[in-house]
Amino acid sequence: MRRFFARNAPAYVFLLPWLIGFFLLALGPILASLYLSFTRYDMVNVPEWVGLDNYVYMFTRDRRFWKALDVTFTYVALAVPARLIMALGVAMLLDKGLRTIGLYRAIFYLPSLLGASIAIAILWRQLFAADGVVNQIMATFGIQGASWITNPNTSLYILAMWQFGSPMLIFLAGLRGIPRDLYEAAEIDGTPRWRQFTRITLPLLAPVIFFNLVLQTIDAFKTFSSAFIISNGTGAPADSLLFYTVYLFNEAFKFFRMGYASALAWVLLIIIAVFTAVAFFTSKYWVHYENERD
Amino acid sequence: MKTSATDLDLAIQVDEAARVAHALKLRRDRRERNGRILKHVFLIGVSCVMLYPLFWLLASSFKPENEIFGSLTLWPSEFRFDNYTEGWNALPKSFTVFYVNSAIVTGLSVIGNLVSCSFAAYAFARLQFTGRSFFFALMMMTLMIPYHVVLIPQYVQFLRLGWVDTYLPLVVPRFLASDAFFIFLMVQFFRQLPRELDEAAMIDGCSPFKIYWAIILPLSLPAMGTAAIFSLIWVWEDFLAPLIYLNDIKSYTVPLALRLFLDQEGKSAYGQMFAMSVLSLVPVVIFFVLFQKMIVRGIATSGMK
Repeated sequence: MRRFFARNAPAYVFLLPWLIGFFLLALGPILASLYLSFTRYDMVNVPEWVGLDNYVYMFTRDRRFWKALDVTFTYVALAVPARLIMALGVAMLLDKGLRTIGLYRAIFYLPSLLGASIAIAILWRQLFAADGVVNQIMATFGIQGASWITNPNTSLYILAMWQFGSPMLIFLAGLRGIPRDLYEAAEIDGTPRWRQFTRITLPLLAPVIFFNLVLQTIDAFKTFSSAFIISNGTGAPADSLLFYTVYLFNEAFKFFRMGYASALAWVLLIIIAVFTAVAFFTSKYWVHYENERD
Repeated sequence: MKTSATDLDLAIQVDEAARVAHALKLRRDRRERNGRILKHVFLIGVSCVMLYPLFWLLASSFKPENEIFGSLTLWPSEFRFDNYTEGWNALPKSFTVFYVNSAIVTGLSVIGNLVSCSFAAYAFARLQFTGRSFFFALMMMTLMIPYHVVLIPQYVQFLRLGWVDTYLPLVVPRFLASDAFFIFLMVQFFRQLPRELDEAAMIDGCSPFKIYWAIILPLSLPAMGTAAIFSLIWVWEDFLAPLIYLNDIKSYTVPLALRLFLDQEGKSAYGQMFAMSVLSLVPVVIFFVLFQKMIVRGIATSGMK
């Protein structure tokens, strides 16, 4: 027993801050929010147990919940692939034979660092406003007041694409790992570029693509600040920017429906968990790791 | 005779092969040179599109109000600095207050992240203990949990403790390693350091803390630097947590202050809003320029956002 302590004590001393944090800031709150999701709670009165009412209401009668799901899923389904395709395309351009890669890399990465800031959300709000710059530029090309430009969702998709820098860097690292002689052999065999891409690049990059896809999707589900700023914190106009997190925030901190908001939070957690699980379980069919031998 | 004929055949074949290879190489070189020029043209084009919004923001911050939305040209007809001087004091509190607040929150958070995350990472990467892989798996799972799920119970708890409208809800979690990303980043780095160092030190009678302090940390400055820069930028830009926990304008951080410009309906303050937006980005851009290499390497090795 004493030896057990002597062996483990130093490690647990180092682990202590994280352990406290894990129980008080992660596990505890997750369980608490599960409990709250079965209650009605306004932060003034004690939580009142209502069983499954919150969930039943959410799935059967809450139109805004479905609207929020719709907005968020559409965003994830469009913005994530757009960002990843952009990232992979530019990474492939940068990968081969350019000496000034460092400068481009810096320029393309900078938006990823700035993109989360309120300053950029404010900027985007103005760029894509009805009297904004983008509309004016389009007008000079003869495209007058097309509704998709001033549709606030368009601006968010473009904001998402603008921040392709970090998946690009991860793709670049992955591309560096593909042996050059594979391409040389393919070149000598006269394999066309497109087939080199589908037969060499894509399969060997699959683990990196998978990694980026999971990371970016989880990230996209959590989109908050930009949607919050561009929609004035409400999800307006006509709930078209009612991102799931914006809805959750308003239920919790504007209307103080803490029980209902907790139920919303748990549904989000389950959605992300299911997505991640599906990605991992299907990955064995399309992701092959090179060092896997069997 | 027969052998020399095959030899000759072979020689001709080798010669032929060399010629084909040379021709292929020439063709490839030529194609690559043309391709390179095209690539540069394309990449420069993309760069311009990418940077245009930032330049537009910068230009607008110097423009007189009526010029901001009137024209597409980036160059202001006259440079005006009053957007900056007036914007700095346009809100009920001066931006000096907001910058000091942001600096306090950011500074403390970075310290908290570095200390607590390197502690946990050291335990995970270098120490043997019962339950290590279990806790490591738990830690990795916390990476996936959206902040919104823990937000409400945390808020209730901090409210009960009387911490709302103080910086404690923003800073204390960082001293408890709540940003598990950095643990992961540091674990990846610590694992690469040669184990012999720890073992030799252990034989010399060094305690685990001594090993952490005198061997692991000094060798891990790149990882610590990367974590410091990322946590600085993320905390500086953090919006949701300050939005929830800070209600008094005296304690607002810079992002919250910027949002106030949007609430003011006196529509004529765009120039000031843009000027203050530019200023809020300046620290991030400076850090990016100074530590670009570290940032790029940090992402490539850890896959952070």
